[in-house]
Amino acid sequence: MVAVPLEGDAFTPPGTQSFNSRPLFPSEGWEQCHPHGELLEGCSYTETWTDAWLTNHVAQAVIAAVLVLGFWFLVSRNQKMVPGRLQFVGEWLYDFVRNGIARDVLGHEYRKFTPYLVALFTFILVNNLFGEFFVFMFPTFSKIGFPYALALCSWLLYNGAGIAKYGFGTYLRKQVLPEGTPIYLVWLLVPLEFLSNIVVRPVTLALRLFANLFAGHLVILVFVLGGTFLLEVKDNLFYNFTGGISILFSFAIFALEIFIGALQAYIFTVLTAQYVHSSIAEEH
Amino acid sequence: MIPLEGLGPLLPEHISEFVVGIALFALIWFVVAKKIVPMFEDTYAKRAEAITGGMERAEIAQKEAQTALEEYKAQLASAREEAAKIRDEARAQAAQIAAEIKQQAADEAARLVESAKTQIEAERSLAVRSLRGEIGGLATELAGKIVGESLADDAAAQRTVDRFLAELESEKV
Repeated sequence: MVAVPLEGDAFTPPGTQSFNSRPLFPSEGWEQCHPHGELLEGCSYTETWTDAWLTNHVAQAVIAAVLVLGFWFLVSRNQKMVPGRLQFVGEWLYDFVRNGIARDVLGHEYRKFTPYLVALFTFILVNNLFGEFFVFMFPTFSKIGFPYALALCSWLLYNGAGIAKYGFGTYLRKQVLPEGTPIYLVWLLVPLEFLSNIVVRPVTLALRLFANLFAGHLVILVFVLGGTFLLEVKDNLFYNFTGGISILFSFAIFALEIFIGALQAYIFTVLTAQYVHSSIAEEH
Repeated sequence: MIPLEGLGPLLPEHISEFVVGIALFALIWFVVAKKIVPMFEDTYAKRAEAITGGMERAEIAQKEAQTALEEYKAQLASAREEAAKIRDEARAQAAQIAAEIKQQAADEAARLVESAKTQIEAERSLAVRSLRGEIGGLATELAGKIVGESLADDAAAQRTVDRFLAELESEKV
């Protein structure tokens, strides 16, 4: 988006600065350097622990966790043999992860990993839908720290599961040396497999989730903020018209983002299950 | 090494995101694993148990019904057999009774015939005896009238009448 050449206040296109967190209880220094919510250039201040830890995005993640747990408690309490409406919804979602992801990918060992996958899927899903719903209008996982955190958990899980099953040495050998490797390819395959199975997997997990939500939210910002700006330009019907179109179109983008948010939650969960499967599988 | 600032949005703005992310997820995982999943699995297990238990019960009931049916069939067959036996017996008994009654009737008839015969015989001999007296008297009277008063000798007349009657009897037989 190119800034529209206009007299007076110019349009600042949304960018990475649009994703900055705001402290819930800003310190004086923060307030001075963010007079309109945006960082003044060249302004420096000492960040207090409340500025760094009690941010709107951290609060959003906490609320997501509360919602997830609240949902699961709501649908799983007073369970009956013949499910009521709430229990039916809960069982539907639970079965979606348990049977559709865990059992399909992991086979008979799925029971142990079902809780992890259920927690993972619902936590990511709720946070992604925050981008389109509630008061936040911001997908929590477009802040890279959160995807890194979940990727680290999944990395620990699939490596831990493999080590628990085979022991460290055997697991590592299984991971870096596919069975039936010709001896003359060992020097090539070992570093490649190590890189792809141990190093790259968590990074791609985190980046895929982050990038989808970051880009999606950025596109929404461009359409909504740009459209709003164009709509408010005085004495230029063409700009106003294109601004209206842009805002209307943003609804379609919203719908797309809802889909992408759900899809990315699903992908992250399926891939985690897939990685677990590959580390505990009997043979590669 | 890439300078960290060069990562742009790939570098967490605050480490708090990362730490809070791990903490929250660990909490959710823990609660889901300890509370939520057991509740669902418990329900599923109970449901499966109820379904398979119901099937087992149905199987048992069917088996019971089968045995009951067989029992009834056996009872029915034995009842039929018994009925046939009773019928045969009754038939035999009836035949026997009929024969007895027939016999009794025949005996009775024979007895009646016998007694009738005896009575007839007795009456006949009575009649013969009274006839004999009357006929004798009449004949005597008649003969007396025919031959006159000559035959007044009673004893001789009686002898003649007796002789005459004996002849009559012997002729008749």
